[in-house]
Amino acid sequence: MQDFGAAFGLALHLIATGDDNLLEIVVLSLKVSFSALTLSCLIGLPLGAFLVVRPFWGRGVVVAVLNAMMGLPPVVIGLLVYLALSRAGPMGWLGLLYTPTAMIIAQTLLIAPIVAALARQVLEGLYSEYDEQFRSFGISRLRAAAALVVDGRYGLVTVALAGFGRAVAEVGAVIIVGGNIDHLTRVMTTAIALETSKGDLGMALALGIILMSIALGVNLAAGGLRSVAERQAYA
Amino acid sequence: MSVKSAILGTATAATIALSWAMSPGPARAEGPSILVQSTTSTQNSGLYDYLLPIYRKETGVTVHVVAVGTGQALKNGKNCDGDMLVVHAKPAELKFVREGYGVDRHDLMYNDFVIVGPAPDPAGIKGMKDVGAALKKIAASHALFASRGDDSGTNKAEMRLWKATGIDPKTGSGGWYRETGSGMGATLNASVGMGAYTLTDRSTWISFKNKGDFSIDVQGDPRLFNQYGVMLINPKRCASVKAGLARQFEDWLLSKHGQEVIAAYHVDGQQLFFPNPK
Repeated sequence: MQDFGAAFGLALHLIATGDDNLLEIVVLSLKVSFSALTLSCLIGLPLGAFLVVRPFWGRGVVVAVLNAMMGLPPVVIGLLVYLALSRAGPMGWLGLLYTPTAMIIAQTLLIAPIVAALARQVLEGLYSEYDEQFRSFGISRLRAAAALVVDGRYGLVTVALAGFGRAVAEVGAVIIVGGNIDHLTRVMTTAIALETSKGDLGMALALGIILMSIALGVNLAAGGLRSVAERQAYA
Repeated sequence: MSVKSAILGTATAATIALSWAMSPGPARAEGPSILVQSTTSTQNSGLYDYLLPIYRKETGVTVHVVAVGTGQALKNGKNCDGDMLVVHAKPAELKFVREGYGVDRHDLMYNDFVIVGPAPDPAGIKGMKDVGAALKKIAASHALFASRGDDSGTNKAEMRLWKATGIDPKTGSGGWYRETGSGMGATLNASVGMGAYTLTDRSTWISFKNKGDFSIDVQGDPRLFNQYGVMLINPKRCASVKAGLARQFEDWLLSKHGQEVIAAYHVDGQQLFFPNPK
């Protein structure tokens, strides 16, 4: 049994030596997951805000469905995207299977519901405070939704981080639609799965430690940006 | 911050992020490339990490490998997802060719399967050569046995061996017979974790790094022969197949030089694959 100390040592060694393969894998992980997050925010934030400011019949059901979609298994999404992008599938002519773009599509489907559902939750609280003000000024729903997103931006950073965390940590979807191809679609999680299946548990754990360090770094950076922005906003 | 500037800022950030994401990948992935659907056993043994850079250096062609079980590789091939197959389930491969999904199938190389098990050897099969008798002893003693259970080449071979003994191991499924539904390495990890016998190809076993107290119990039975084959996905059915590049790689693998490269791959001083094209 490899011990944790050795794995930590290996992780530090990999970082210190600036291993080319590792760097490539890390960069691709970040590229894919940040792109998926960007797309998810473009879809999810307006959708979440819309669900808050626009009452309609059946909204409760839509919200319940959206919340349930936060639990979509990555492997199911991977399978759906595979079937759609396969050469034999409806979008096969695009030739996107086994490319980073396919991985971005899969992760976007995975986390857009999370971003939308959590954003709705955050903005709903805010809306109950502003509702009367919006009404008294006669502000349109579109402007009200936009104002909510702008005002709730600090809370929404946490929403985005939750989405990013889910995207960068999942393996089920990207291994099906990306194929874990060396130098093309291999990301941190699929590399960890591969090292585990080679029985190289020390290397797998070392990569896991690096992935968690990156996630920590992203969270710290977001937290730092947020506190700087808040200080400026209220100064 | 006004609503307008916020929207403008978001749009700018999104544009930057997306253009970064869509930018071409690392330089070394450029140039001509083909995609090979292959098996977890060949990937987990490190053969491709060794062989593909040599091929790229000689020809400038990048070979991408998707490693799945043989069953799934054949299915992906039927869907035209890839250019070529390197798999190991000869009867299924010949059927694939007969049905018009694949062309130019050739024997490529072989190794053999072995049964590995924990040191206490609860079924008492250590040193046996007759794989049928060993499986019977495992079933009779209800010693744990981990099966791939994923329709892979190794799984198909295992089911053929069970069938010859007249025992249906699935009656013990969830009990002593445990189907992991995973790749070779993952199944070996599970076996070592629960002290279960399993059937593995020798290459994956030799290069596997989490052996615990496991060792080879049964080997040397001619029925444990493991043939790998190579073929193109039929370009007449699948317009996306890069037939020229795929054929070039196939010819290289089958050439005298390609065979020498395969034969030269050693882990811990042991040769993992033995080329045998006809």
